[in-house]
Amino acid sequence: MNISKDLVAASAAPLVLAILADGDSYGYAIIKRVGELSGGHLHWTDGMLYPVLHRLERLGYVEARWAKSESGRRRRYYRITRAGQAHLKTQRRQWQVVDATLREIWMESSLVPAGWRPLSQRGVEATC
Amino acid sequence: MLTHDDALEAQITQWRSWLRRRPAISDSDLEELEGHLRDLVADLRAAGLAADEAFLVAVKRLGDLDAVSREFAREHSERLWKQLVMAKNADGEPSGSRAHEATVVIGLAMAAAAAIKLPELFGYPKIGSGDGFFDSGTFYFPNVSLFVLPFLAGYFAWKRRLDRLGCLRLALAFAAAALAINALPFTAGGHTQTLAALHLPIALWLAVGIAYSGGRWFDGSRRMDFVRFSGELFIYYVLMALGGGVLTGFTAVSFAAIGADVEWFAQQWMLPCGAMGAVIVGAWLVEAKQSVVENMAPVLTRLFTPLFTLALLALLVTMAWTGSGIEMEREVLIGFDLLLAVVLGLLLYAISARDVQAPPGAFDALQLLLVVCALVVDAVALSAIAGRISEFGLSPNRVAALGENLVLLVNLAWSAWLYARFLTGRGPFAALERWQTGYLPVYAVWAAVVVVAFPLLFGFV
Repeated sequence: MNISKDLVAASAAPLVLAILADGDSYGYAIIKRVGELSGGHLHWTDGMLYPVLHRLERLGYVEARWAKSESGRRRRYYRITRAGQAHLKTQRRQWQVVDATLREIWMESSLVPAGWRPLSQRGVEATC
Repeated sequence: MLTHDDALEAQITQWRSWLRRRPAISDSDLEELEGHLRDLVADLRAAGLAADEAFLVAVKRLGDLDAVSREFAREHSERLWKQLVMAKNADGEPSGSRAHEATVVIGLAMAAAAAIKLPELFGYPKIGSGDGFFDSGTFYFPNVSLFVLPFLAGYFAWKRRLDRLGCLRLALAFAAAALAINALPFTAGGHTQTLAALHLPIALWLAVGIAYSGGRWFDGSRRMDFVRFSGELFIYYVLMALGGGVLTGFTAVSFAAIGADVEWFAQQWMLPCGAMGAVIVGAWLVEAKQSVVENMAPVLTRLFTPLFTLALLALLVTMAWTGSGIEMEREVLIGFDLLLAVVLGLLLYAISARDVQAPPGAFDALQLLLVVCALVVDAVALSAIAGRISEFGLSPNRVAALGENLVLLVNLAWSAWLYARFLTGRGPFAALERWQTGYLPVYAVWAAVVVVAFPLLFGFV
């Protein structure tokens, strides 16, 4: 299943912040983590992640620093800031509202797609 | 034979240099993206892919470079502006040579600014005092191009690493020009001196062009580059002149407010020195940032080609309607020469910006209409000039105007012919470009004739 471009773009910032809330990380690892969490459904063009990270940095939601990686190359690590955590909290509430509303409608019209289960039952905790 | 790893390194290097040309992507972004690419390649190889396969897949996953750099540009739009002064060369020139170039440019600009003040030490009148900067008959007006163009040519000779013979020829050309304009026994403020002063910069511009092309003056594309450069320099110069005017006005007003008179400083130092230095700095800006203003001359061309066509059509219709000919005053003569020069400029910049391979379009037809209108108007003007010459005889001004007119007319007539052939699909567009670049020296040769031969022919009046 391919997720639409708009949805990917809208979810990029909260996803990155949520992953960074779990611990500091760098671009490639963030992409990998998104792939794992979504079971490969949420596919990003890798190069597009960096403009997103830089925007979050400019807004003050993450901070970045260069550090040596295990391979000896320099790597840019990102860490969520206090402002980022606050932003993530409001984002989370907004997404929950959207999610709950959609769920409500789909329950009523019983349009639940076959095989749909809440995230929590897939063994993947919603991060935050 | 290359090992897989060597081949991979070569591919990554190539990819990096490709990405480096994007102005929106900084060196630090590049390092970050390269790290990502390498991690991805390593994982893919661990999963069993060969090095080259892994590289291809990884590049694909990083995404279309155009789209990615567009995203970077959206997030970092300020970088595109920074390019204006901190240009990153497309060839990936090291930043050290950029700083070095800035030093050379500032040195040359200051040398040109100092040169214009130097004659005062030798008893010449102060520039900007008494009679104005451009009053004919003074020392400065005929010589003004000699104060700055040698430095401009020197900048390009340095930048393009012109060989010793080329430098020597340039030096000789400038020396000959200085000798001609100063040693010939002109009547001060006479017609031939004014004409020589007006034509000397045109002749010397060819020398600048030769320096610009780095000795490859016979290469048509280098000449076209020089045409583009001239247009962009003109635009930059006008912009800097506007800024300089604001600075001068602000300085004068604010010092007047505290009761200090600095008008002498503005007129004798800021204006002449700024006017000289700005030529060098402008040339450097054009060189350093070829892609920011690059589109300015073509855009202006697109904007004004229809408007000039309309104006010329209206003029022709009015002339036919009222049946009135052209009154041949001197100002009118010069006006028609300028008109032809503007039409030629519009044509040149339209040609320089056009994709040679593109098929003929509506804009090309409009260009042709503009050129034909200019030709008709000029034919009327030419007959008037001829009438005036037969009535009053030859004078330096009339012959100069006539000569200029003929030089431009020949160019435009043949351009119209080539354009018509191109529009009807019987000739390539490249022929038009070749004609224009091949014609460039003609202007300089004619200007040199006016500078050197006219005074001799007309007895230095």
